Amino acid sequence: MIIATKKPIEEIVKSLEGETKVFIVGCGECATVTQTGGEKELAEMVAHLEAAGKKVVGTDMVAANCQELDLKRVLRKHKEAADETQAFLVLSCGAGTQSVRAATDKHVLPGTDTLFLGNVQRSMDFVEKCSMCGFCVLDDYGAICPVTRCAKGLLNGPCGGMSHGNCEVDPEMDCAWVLIHEQLKKEGREDKRTRTHAPKDWNAIAHPGKLVERRQLGDEKILKAAKKPEGE
Amino acid sequence: MGAYRDACNSGRFVVSGEIGPPKGTNVESMLHHIDLLKNMVDGLNVTDNQSSVMRLGSLAVSGEIVRRGGDPVFQTTCRDRNRLGLQSDLLSAAFLGITNVLCLTGDHPSVGDHKQAKGVFDFDSVHLIQCCHKMNEGFDWAGNELDGGTDFFVGAVVTPEADPLEPQLYKFARKVEAGTDFFQTQAVYDMDNFQRFMEKTREITAGTNTKMMAGLVVLAGVGMAKYMNRAVPGIFVPDALLEELGSVPKEEQLRKGMEIAARHIRFLKENKICDGVHVMAIGKEEIVPEILEMAGLTTS
Repeated sequence: MIIATKKPIEEIVKSLEGETKVFIVGCGECATVTQTGGEKELAEMVAHLEAAGKKVVGTDMVAANCQELDLKRVLRKHKEAADETQAFLVLSCGAGTQSVRAATDKHVLPGTDTLFLGNVQRSMDFVEKCSMCGFCVLDDYGAICPVTRCAKGLLNGPCGGMSHGNCEVDPEMDCAWVLIHEQLKKEGREDKRTRTHAPKDWNAIAHPGKLVERRQLGDEKILKAAKKPEGE
Repeated sequence: MGAYRDACNSGRFVVSGEIGPPKGTNVESMLHHIDLLKNMVDGLNVTDNQSSVMRLGSLAVSGEIVRRGGDPVFQTTCRDRNRLGLQSDLLSAAFLGITNVLCLTGDHPSVGDHKQAKGVFDFDSVHLIQCCHKMNEGFDWAGNELDGGTDFFVGAVVTPEADPLEPQLYKFARKVEAGTDFFQTQAVYDMDNFQRFMEKTREITAGTNTKMMAGLVVLAGVGMAKYMNRAVPGIFVPDALLEELGSVPKEEQLRKGMEIAARHIRFLKENKICDGVHVMAIGKEEIVPEILEMAGLTTS
């Protein structure tokens, strides 16, 4: 789930200075769960903008704004309003906002601030446990990610800032290294702590990330590998 | 080469001091402290944007200590530079005649005076120790041959009062394995606890030539001691010391703190608990010579 928060309405109104006609796009996926771009927030935004003297020429909820083809279809469906509007306000993550960018040449602006890839612990309680570092090392750390859950992303143990099992950055937060240590102890796999881990290969996730799965080619490679005679 | 390394290898009790560079270009007081201490201690640490507060650089000040005939311990943290920056600074250090490097993770930017800064932490302290040794062997981290290698004496830190201690000991073991030549501990005040900690570290350092220096921060008064207990992770001033400091009027508490530091140095040396001490006076460096004298230490 992509976790985001609402931008202040004043900031949005300021961004729309000189423009009166707005089309608002909500998102049925993450932005609905985080209550930043669901049906309710979309209706609230219509009221806010109208109170600020704007004319909302159209709205729509897209199943998931990160699906660029869906976005293009939605804008075609609302062709008249999409032609009339001066700006598109997008209530979803930055990826969703840029799906709208790919579908129109008009002013596109975000209505949220995107924070992190989050786990939903309970309603409106989100926490970051994975930061998509490109090479998963969870097995070495009792399935507790030091890259993400240690504030410094340390790979070989806690820093001197740990205090009573908590983090120097936030005394309310557990030190990831204490959690990792306790977990590996529970599993009887403390030997995992006797190996030094090399620094991350940040080139693996150099921006902008791009992955084009050439499925058929991949399948061919797998078949080839499977057919390899023994001993080769 | 290097007075600090020679002292560590001599087997005698080693003493290092610490210089905190100023926030600005007014170096008068710092240079005075350097000149005061450079011949009284075996090595002089220079802190690197300590507590994530932006200051004059550790590299430049370490170079100045070399120029003035002292032996600096160049503190360098993983917070502000990626692996390119760290290695380039290490080569610069070698160029300036700096041989002792203390490898630290670094405090998080959010505890300092540029809270919005991005913490780098591309390397952790273990990687930095490994990297120093790689450069000593004539190679950079990526395996490229250096046109002239380095000759670093590599240090690291450990926190004896870490709670829980076990994860800290695992990290200590990784640092020992990476080839740490000397350790400076976070400030210690409970000598019994420190003695127990040292016994645990000896199990890990057995078979190596790792030197252990106890970190001592001079207590300036009850207020400072209480503040450290409350706000500085890994520091614990026992009640008995708080009472001892509080037994004299406020204006005499610094003197009491100096006496405590001198007493601890004497205890550590006489009982051969560790290989030396690292004395931190945090801006009050002019009191260090007297503490060393009270402890019966003259190293020059």
